[in-house]
Amino acid sequence: MGDVLAIAEQRDGKIRPVTNEVVTAAAAMAEGLGGSAQALVLGGTGVGEHAGDLGSFGAEVVHVAEDPALESFVPEIYAAVIAEAVGSRGYAAVLFSATALGKDLAPRVAALIDAPLASDVTGLEIEDGRPVAIRPIYGGKAIARVGFEASPAVVSLRPNAFGTNGAQAAGRTEPFTAAIPDAVRARIVDFRAAETGSVDVAEASIIVSGGRGMKGPEHWHLLEDLRSALGPGTALGASRAVVDAGWRSHGEQVGQTGKTVAPKLYFAVGISGAVQHLAGMRTSQTIVAINKDPDAPIFALADYGIVGDAFEILPRLTTEVTALRSEG
Amino acid sequence: MDIIVCLKRVPDTETRVRFADGATAIEPEGVKYIVSPYDEFALEAALRTTEAGEEGQVTVITLGDEDSQETLRAALAAGADQAVLLRVQGSVTMDGLATAKVLAAELETRDEQLVLFGVKAADDDQQQVGPMVATLLGRPCASNVTSFEMDGDVIRCDRGVEGGTEVVELDLPAVVTLTKGAFELRYPSLKGIMAAKRKPLDVKDADPPESRLVLQRLDYPPERAEGRILGEGVEAVPELVRLLRDEANVL
Repeated sequence: MGDVLAIAEQRDGKIRPVTNEVVTAAAAMAEGLGGSAQALVLGGTGVGEHAGDLGSFGAEVVHVAEDPALESFVPEIYAAVIAEAVGSRGYAAVLFSATALGKDLAPRVAALIDAPLASDVTGLEIEDGRPVAIRPIYGGKAIARVGFEASPAVVSLRPNAFGTNGAQAAGRTEPFTAAIPDAVRARIVDFRAAETGSVDVAEASIIVSGGRGMKGPEHWHLLEDLRSALGPGTALGASRAVVDAGWRSHGEQVGQTGKTVAPKLYFAVGISGAVQHLAGMRTSQTIVAINKDPDAPIFALADYGIVGDAFEILPRLTTEVTALRSEG
Repeated sequence: MDIIVCLKRVPDTETRVRFADGATAIEPEGVKYIVSPYDEFALEAALRTTEAGEEGQVTVITLGDEDSQETLRAALAAGADQAVLLRVQGSVTMDGLATAKVLAAELETRDEQLVLFGVKAADDDQQQVGPMVATLLGRPCASNVTSFEMDGDVIRCDRGVEGGTEVVELDLPAVVTLTKGAFELRYPSLKGIMAAKRKPLDVKDADPPESRLVLQRLDYPPERAEGRILGEGVEAVPELVRLLRDEANVL
């Protein structure tokens, strides 16, 4: 069977935009396999209200598991419900978004249904009627092409790597009643929101990232002003050096031991371009480097570079961007 | 409390990765191998926990080839008490579930209440073995943990999630995967390096299940079109903004 199931992600009862990308990819894959794309939404009461909207990204059917026990994301519970939903229907593939939540959830589901998982995938193809995943390895220094020898193929998709399109489908919602496990030995006891902005760096479409060249945490307001000027969907990033120095939090770190990002636009300010940093951002669509040192390795990767003092360049850049945005 | 840390031997993150077009493995010549950086955070967490009053032994386990013994000795030098090599021929599969099954089978024969992993291995970047092992063993798991504390029969973990930090409590026995946070691995002392040679390292031949995720080929990442330096200083800014809008179409 060529049906593909997209696992939706919700926050505060609303389906998150990353899900649109997963459904789009599911629809493309299902078409290649001669099946239909379906989605599964899990959440507390009311999460199903807009579930049918996933039809506008290609979902024929949206299964809705709505239960107070699913209101907060306890991975053991979600994994059990998803495994039950997958088990009975014989899907060719099950797709997740490789968000922090998805990267935690997909392996658990794969283990429960005894199927192989390709994580953080940047491309999906069909070859001889079977899914093939393309994914970066060795910190992005190589791209691996991997085939699945079992069904379903479980995959998590790197956010922003696939895009969305409006492939209209029925989006017919169906309730899914799952057995909710009660003896769960994990509890969420607290959540502390991060101070820095509302977009996580791993999902931002534009990132303004600072390194040691910024000379100290007291200068970060220059980057914050640029971030603000670039609009919502822009996040701040940081190199490992400034996180290790305590100037910024690890949540902002981009690189091999931080987050891997693929925004449409990445500003590397005062970042020299160490291999481990590049590993985290080298697949950004457009890279701009601002650095005092004309020999900094970052310039070899960047699409556009300016050599000079970030403290002078940043305010001018903020002014120009603000002017541009108020024109449009 | 005794703790297990699962480690993986990976190419140094500085390594220039070389392979022939369409190859399924990198050329080993000149490659230096290390303990995967995230696994080091896990090892440090284990050592600090057993030093700080939750007395017990730290056992390091790896699934790998014969050369992985070197990696285990490095962990023993840093302070682990004993090591186990689950030996396979050739390289470790990219199929995390196959690896997880071997590890779970080994862990099932043991009593340790806490098993730690790095959140992902710095070669495959698959980020799956820890939660898979936990699921196979029916134990609760917290992933991407920056720090934790023990509290009787419970482990309380801070984990990085979108938008902030979540605090979760797991009932022991449990599995935790570590990311960069409170734990940076100490350098081994000379005494530690000497002592490592005498610590027990048990080699067992592993029989992994067949890989169902198969590497077909490796390719180099697509070359980015060559970039350019637009100029120096503030004067280059208007041109940059114009290009971002009109050429790159990102503004």
